[in-house]
Amino acid sequence: MLKAVFYFVVFPGFLFTAIIGLLSSWIDRKVTARVQWRVGPPWWQNFADFIKLLGKETIVPKGSSRTTFLLAPIFGLAAVTIVSTLLWLTLINPASTFIGDLIVVLYLLTIPSIAVIIGGFASKNPLASLGASREMKLILSYELPFLLICFVPVIQAGGTIRLGEILTYQINNGVIFSSLSGFLAFIVAVLCMQAKLTLVPFDIPEAEQEIMAGPYIEYSGPTLAVFKLTRQMMLFVVPMFLVVLFLGGITFSGWHILWGILKYVILLVIIVLIRNTNPRVRIDQAVKFFWGPVTLLAIVAVLLALLGI
Amino acid sequence: MNIKLKSLTKSLWVFHFASAPCNNCDIEILDALTPKYDLERFGILLVGSIRHADVLLVTGMITHKGAERLKRLYEQAPKPCLVVAVGSCACSKSIFKDSYNAAGPVDGIVPVSAYIPGCPPKPEAMIMGVVKLVKSLTGK
Repeated sequence: MLKAVFYFVVFPGFLFTAIIGLLSSWIDRKVTARVQWRVGPPWWQNFADFIKLLGKETIVPKGSSRTTFLLAPIFGLAAVTIVSTLLWLTLINPASTFIGDLIVVLYLLTIPSIAVIIGGFASKNPLASLGASREMKLILSYELPFLLICFVPVIQAGGTIRLGEILTYQINNGVIFSSLSGFLAFIVAVLCMQAKLTLVPFDIPEAEQEIMAGPYIEYSGPTLAVFKLTRQMMLFVVPMFLVVLFLGGITFSGWHILWGILKYVILLVIIVLIRNTNPRVRIDQAVKFFWGPVTLLAIVAVLLALLGI
Repeated sequence: MNIKLKSLTKSLWVFHFASAPCNNCDIEILDALTPKYDLERFGILLVGSIRHADVLLVTGMITHKGAERLKRLYEQAPKPCLVVAVGSCACSKSIFKDSYNAAGPVDGIVPVSAYIPGCPPKPEAMIMGVVKLVKSLTGK
């Protein structure tokens, strides 16, 4: 029991994910600054932002649904924490989790976005509602190819829906990324990840220049801090999920751990570079993009995986 | 120094309110955010919603219409919220001293923490204003 609490609260759960998430968000800001030929913030910037927001006043707008408004950020945070715990327990010991944890992780990864939608609609602000409805459309668009490409590792690893077995298969037979179907699936996964993290070019729900901050517009103080923290933890958890599915995870023996960390950092830098070199698309363009070419690519990847290429 | 105050001074998020300005001050504010001056290295960000803001930056001559909005914005901001008046018009009435539609300088409407005079003030002057604001907060 005590062990389970430790898993959820300290290592690989909340505390660990939060610290790494805040640091990776700093990498995001720093690389962005360097791309724009600026100096960028110091490494503790996100910690300062977080503590500052905790010390501020929380305002619940008049006429909003108070309980839903205040609880929505907690839902998202809890979901991310559980996903991170599951992923890292799998990485540490592939035999430690249960059958079907891939499905559980896929469901839980959607919950932060749903929390944003709930919070946005509960805050009784027209711009927040607009942002929440856009977020909903975005989820509908990227979930289809994202679920399809999750079949590729499952098929290659012999029909298992357990992350541990997918990982063991990759340790024994080489990473899924090195096969053609795995490569195509990985490209689709990176695009879907960008939309899942709602970063440019798919930051349509919180488009700063047109609808201010979208669903977050009425949030202030600690509730905003929790939302920001959830997003920063997602920036750590979602790439880790792809590392487990396609790149063979992280091995904890000697030098291999550095190679594992490098995989994550490379993925993070890819995200940041996509974010810095693209303009924002409209929501209809995003839906067309994900349901058209991306889904087609995902289907091709699944078919190739079925043929064993 | 307590950690709450220290983190506040290290991450000031700015909401920009322009009430009938001639846009010179606004352009200079944007200048301070460009790569040359790069205020993000001090943790200063421009945010789109007043609920996220720590600093309410006011430019321009406050008109009777603008005064109502300014009051409401100040009430909507989560406390602690600092108000900074940028430019001669916001600091005093400047050349609109006898104008019929001037509702007064910013400090006649909401409490102001820092004044940055100039027509328009240079980005360097704004950075100096921010430094003075931080110093007044920490009491050094």
